[in-house]
Amino acid sequence: MIVELLVVVLLSLGALFFLLGTVALLRFPDVYTRLHGVTKCDTLGLGLILLGLMLHEGATVASAKLLFIIIFVFITSPTAAHALVRATYKHGVKMWDKTVLDRYGELGHGNS
Amino acid sequence: MPLVERVLVLASVVLVGVVFVSFYRAVLGPTPADRIVAINVIGTKAVVIITMISFAYEQKFFIDVSLVYALIAFVTTVGLAKYLEQGTLG
Repeated sequence: MIVELLVVVLLSLGALFFLLGTVALLRFPDVYTRLHGVTKCDTLGLGLILLGLMLHEGATVASAKLLFIIIFVFITSPTAAHALVRATYKHGVKMWDKTVLDRYGELGHGNS
Repeated sequence: MPLVERVLVLASVVLVGVVFVSFYRAVLGPTPADRIVAINVIGTKAVVIITMISFAYEQKFFIDVSLVYALIAFVTTVGLAKYLEQGTLG
């Protein structure tokens, strides 16, 4: 019973994080801020939902596969976001008007 | 219908709706980077949706599908980022 309640809470929290990440994707003013908001929310939402399903499943082979998916996404999602934001910067996409700090450009990698 | 199954179906419906909302950014995004971000996000959501549907229908081999989907989404994003940065995939 208590495990079932925990599974429901984890699934709901994960869906809520996905919803918030989509709000960030739609409402933020800039590619960089959108990527920042949406990557974290999606990674955490996937982790929470798959953790809830692991609790629901118990100790089986399917549960181990879910753990593999969680570990894989927790490694690759920040990597993909990093590669994407670097490519975007080099491609020359302008930042938001009210951006106050650009360390990467100060180091001489910038194009503006 | 047990409580967990009901929450699974509800969360799947919410995620499918969120994917359709994300298509707004994929279609109308002002820069190419916006579209790539939206495709990456839709890929992550598709992994979760496939996993939840596999539990809702008690078909556990769908988890292999979502594992492979996560791999393909990562390779797609990195390839598109490299193409955006260099103009070629060489």
